[in-house]
Amino acid sequence: MSEIWEGLVAGFWLVASFDADLVEITLRSLQVTLTAVVIASAIGLPFGAWLAIRRFRHRRAAIALLNALMGLPPVVVGLIVYLLLSRAGPFGVFNLLFTPTAMIIAQVIIITPLIASIAHQAIRDIWADYHDLLISLSTTKGQRIRILLWDGRRALMTASLAGFGRAIGEVGAIMIVGGNIDHATRVLTTAIALETGKGDFALALGLGFVLIGLAVAVNLAIHAIGQTESEGKW
Amino acid sequence: MVTPILPLTMKGAVVKRRGQTLLGPVDLEISAQGIAIVMGPNGAGKTKLLRALHGIERLAAGSVTWQVPVREAQDRQAFVFQAPIMLRRSVQDNLAYPLRLRGVAKKDALARAAHWANRVGLGDALDRSAPRLSGGEKQKLALARALIRDPDIIFLDEPCANLDGRATREIEAILQEAQAGGTRIVMATHDIGQAKRLADAVVFLMHGKIIENRPAKAFFAGPQTRQAAALLQGDIVE
Repeated sequence: MSEIWEGLVAGFWLVASFDADLVEITLRSLQVTLTAVVIASAIGLPFGAWLAIRRFRHRRAAIALLNALMGLPPVVVGLIVYLLLSRAGPFGVFNLLFTPTAMIIAQVIIITPLIASIAHQAIRDIWADYHDLLISLSTTKGQRIRILLWDGRRALMTASLAGFGRAIGEVGAIMIVGGNIDHATRVLTTAIALETGKGDFALALGLGFVLIGLAVAVNLAIHAIGQTESEGKW
Repeated sequence: MVTPILPLTMKGAVVKRRGQTLLGPVDLEISAQGIAIVMGPNGAGKTKLLRALHGIERLAAGSVTWQVPVREAQDRQAFVFQAPIMLRRSVQDNLAYPLRLRGVAKKDALARAAHWANRVGLGDALDRSAPRLSGGEKQKLALARALIRDPDIIFLDEPCANLDGRATREIEAILQEAQAGGTRIVMATHDIGQAKRLADAVVFLMHGKIIENRPAKAFFAGPQTRQAAALLQGDIVE
């Protein structure tokens, strides 16, 4: 219990004193995760909508595969991205290994199937409602995807938030491709892993509470912006 | 000079589902004027016929031919479903959506939407969420949304089912106004009184086939089939 209490105290002082290292790794965590979420949403949301309205051979298999990819082991993703970006790999020439960009790439691969799958479920329900009307109005596929994404934006926000939740807490893949380099690729989760390894549980817990607070704050902010629970006109 | 899209000709149309014939073969011509009422018991194929005419039901055989290319014909017709489909947005945005699809500027689309909302008695509900309207309000909104593009022909699948007398009267008034403005109306209904009030012609279906297609006065004065006669007498027809 004392370690938890010490962790709380350490976390409080880290935040209250605007600890320079904490600010830096917190901002880097946000930068990497939010960038990954934006890119994964830009890919996953339209793909989920497309999958909901498009009929093609092996569609069920494609949906099953997408759902299965939600459970991609981050460490394996990290290893594959590492091999691809290492000097001997096909993308080694870009010198991306051990950079925030490599961490973003790994996170995008991990969370895109999650966002696409949740988006698919949400859009499928709206598509069932709208199907006859949109066919009757002779809409193009692009117009259908646009209205489904717009009218389903609150459910889709949930999909993106799920992606954010997974990405902000991710450690295995970004440890491998980022290297946890101080002032370069260290983020909250890798810092927690490092401090735990060093036996500084209080600091690790303090960082953990900051991470939880950050995740909750971003979720609340997005819900407030999206007026998720308001009684408006959708 | 805009080329008229009517008459609409359906020839040998057949609709099947899992090998079972639900409609047809049906031959039908929809001329350029008036209100045609499609009648028949449940399962007779009224909805399938309307959907096939509108082009949203895949034909297993036969054809539907307009006087203009299909793509143009699709743009100049509308459909009102029995269970009104409400977009998850405001009344005004629901009305504006078909116009926005056509590239009408947002400001103009919203202005026309407000005008149509007033015409159907929803002027005070512009900002309300469409899915939260009452059944009658939803149907009026669906009708206004169908009419806002000034279609040459509108198909309605039992638009007054489950509505009370007042809402039915309001819907009928809107339809008669649209018809007076030159919109051809093809409507399915179970309501014999409504058919008598509105119909210029009656198409009577049984088991997926048209068994009567006559001017309304002649149909109501002396139906030629025992099934139609039984329905008009209030008997149960299966």
